[in-house]
Amino acid sequence: MITLTIDNREITAKEGATLLQVCLDHDIYIPHLCYLEGMEHAAASCRLCFVEIEGVAGPVTSCTTIVKEGMVVKTDTEVVRHLQRASLQLLLSVHHVDCAHCPANRKCALQDMAKFLKVGLKPKYLEQHLKEPEIDQGHPYLDYYPNRCVLCGRCVLVCKNSHDRPFLTFAKRGLDTVISFYEEDRAEMPCDECLACVEICPVSALMKRKVG
Amino acid sequence: MTKQNNSDEERIILEDIESRLSSFGKDRWNLIPILQMIQTRHHYLPADAIRMVANYLDIAACEVYGVATFYNQFRFNPPGKHPIQVCLGTACHVSGGDIILENFERKLGIREGETTEDREFSLERVACVGCCALAPVAVVDKIVHGRMAPSKVEGLLLGFQIEKEKQERAKRSDESNL
Repeated sequence: MITLTIDNREITAKEGATLLQVCLDHDIYIPHLCYLEGMEHAAASCRLCFVEIEGVAGPVTSCTTIVKEGMVVKTDTEVVRHLQRASLQLLLSVHHVDCAHCPANRKCALQDMAKFLKVGLKPKYLEQHLKEPEIDQGHPYLDYYPNRCVLCGRCVLVCKNSHDRPFLTFAKRGLDTVISFYEEDRAEMPCDECLACVEICPVSALMKRKVG
Repeated sequence: MTKQNNSDEERIILEDIESRLSSFGKDRWNLIPILQMIQTRHHYLPADAIRMVANYLDIAACEVYGVATFYNQFRFNPPGKHPIQVCLGTACHVSGGDIILENFERKLGIREGETTEDREFSLERVACVGCCALAPVAVVDKIVHGRMAPSKVEGLLLGFQIEKEKQERAKRSDESNL
């Protein structure tokens, strides 16, 4: 066990734990999207979980930082909040903000974080970039909404954890990046029974197709 | 070209790929070199080849697909007889390259990255062909066409159509002469 200071609180943590996990375990909320408990290599792709550490130049992502003895961490500084707001606003600029018609309404990770960071859901200074089509029904059992998706990659990760040969992947790149499956895998898909990706999605971008 | 011909052609491609796979190791970092080998030799990645590569490296087919869609150099459709490349580099972009691309898409009835059903034309976007002074630029059959305009798109395609009809007529008259 090691001791560190987070937001002026003395905290003991297990050696080798990530800073983000230690904070979450002690009810210190840090906004995050792409991190999953127990993941081996955090992707740090959502750029939300920044913290400042005394003696380290610039903010760092807490999901990729391993706790050290005597670390002094601040999670609520001006610089950190500025970065988090910018990341969230960029995510919202490619998100179809249509909460009233969205099944994730009120249990949505984006809404929670916007409230926490005091960010409007429609960023004023950024253009909206939406993808087409609004809904992708290529998958035999699932509907995918690219404009709800924030590309956190949790679904890809749980798919990889639940199946030797996963069925979900990122496809294309840049602003065109989507979560995709491979058309030719269709016949072997166990997705109607698994649904791990649907459950993990923080924004209801993957939904089980309603039959009839 | 008939369906039969197509599947024969694909079978030959797959046999060729299969015979070359063994020269690569089975570690997953061989994925991109293998895809590049297929792309260089056959100019596109057939669906069955993706599965074959996945099985060979013992990874999921969707993973191969994900990697292949990330890089612009990999195509999923066989090239047409007349490949068309529309430049969307900086200079072409600001002078309306996207309008030219949209024109080709509409006239040919295909999207960027696809091939027409008769395998005559394939369409792709490229980033800078190196003659920005001529923007917007399209490269058709490896010939650079500068200062493109919608009327020129129409003219180019009409030229091919006339050429094709001429050839067909010549072929027909040859046959009737025999």
